Amino acid sequence: MMCTVCGCGEGETVVEGHAHPHDHHPGDAHGPGGHHHHGHSHHHYGLGPARAHAPGLSQARMIKIEQDILGKNQEYAAANRLYFRDHGILALNLVSSPGSGKTTLLTVTLEALKDEMPIAVIEGDQQTSLDAERIRATGVPSLQINTGKGCHLDGHMVGHALESLKPLDASVLFIENVGNLVCPAAFDLGEAHKVVILSVTEGEDKPLKYPDMFHAASLMLVNKTDLLPHCRFDVARCVEYARRINPGIQVLQLSAYSGQGMAAWLQWLRAAHQMQVAGFRQDA
Amino acid sequence: MHELSLCEGILRILEEQAEAQGFRRVRTVQLEIGALAGVEIEALRFGFDAVMRDSLAQDARLEVLGLPGLAWCMGCAEAVEIAQRYDPCPRCGSHQLQVTGGDQMRIKELEVE
Repeated sequence: MMCTVCGCGEGETVVEGHAHPHDHHPGDAHGPGGHHHHGHSHHHYGLGPARAHAPGLSQARMIKIEQDILGKNQEYAAANRLYFRDHGILALNLVSSPGSGKTTLLTVTLEALKDEMPIAVIEGDQQTSLDAERIRATGVPSLQINTGKGCHLDGHMVGHALESLKPLDASVLFIENVGNLVCPAAFDLGEAHKVVILSVTEGEDKPLKYPDMFHAASLMLVNKTDLLPHCRFDVARCVEYARRINPGIQVLQLSAYSGQGMAAWLQWLRAAHQMQVAGFRQDA
Repeated sequence: MHELSLCEGILRILEEQAEAQGFRRVRTVQLEIGALAGVEIEALRFGFDAVMRDSLAQDARLEVLGLPGLAWCMGCAEAVEIAQRYDPCPRCGSHQLQVTGGDQMRIKELEVE
């Protein structure tokens, strides 16, 4: 069952340091940016056919509501985005298929940048905290979210994670989403950019097969380029496919394993971080 | 994609609306789903019946209005209609398109009592 009090999707979601089902006390300091507006208790409507209706006297009426189905998630995402802006945090949502080398790329990136800027990581997986442990081994603070049966992170889970993780002001926050090129496309977390990672051991036609994700991403990283001599992956064609879906997408080729191309990615991160911090200092 | 999550989102909105607008049952839910929203309608129908069971919208009818995918072609400098994100411009064949509409998923209207 889902948590009807705060609208947590699957009750199986577990955020490290945040137990479910949570005790909802009025006045809880709950979530950055005023995440939760609980205040409604549990209502049961219409269990079974409506009673107390005179036969033939239908009270049916039409009401226009015009509400976005993902509106709730967008509210959570907007609160996260506000929090990131107020704290000068550059949040990046890393998305890919399982096995693209996301976590390895992330650990190499952290090793390269952790002495230059404050960094924190949110790890999303269906099960285990293996990835968060890999990240913590680099010395960077990391928090695991297990989505249970859920196939994506959502704005609400990330809001809870921020409460426990408390990333430093002017830091970079990497959010490693559940390995899945479909569902995470639709769920805004409040990030500045989605970064989609595609490795050369996968199909070069993935941008066409999963267009929503490539459309939503600002940057595509083509990973494992050290394996190109052994694969039939046509990088130029892959880039062409990605640009069909998203003419503005930026593309970098790299290998987290050999280090080839990593400098350009690190430079992209420094530039994006500088932009976020510049805005933050201006406001402060 | 994640049609079950979408149905849970729909149910949440129905429950909020029931409280705000004072109704007890939902008979019909009318949705607007754009061609580029990435929603599989059949999966949505399946999830809808499962999620609405034992709720205020048990046995409610689901009506889905499809909306076309719209894009702006930079070459033609005109709005064009597309069926999928990777479709080329139907006029000039270029892929320099910016999607401008057809990715909405909204609850439009409810029949309630």
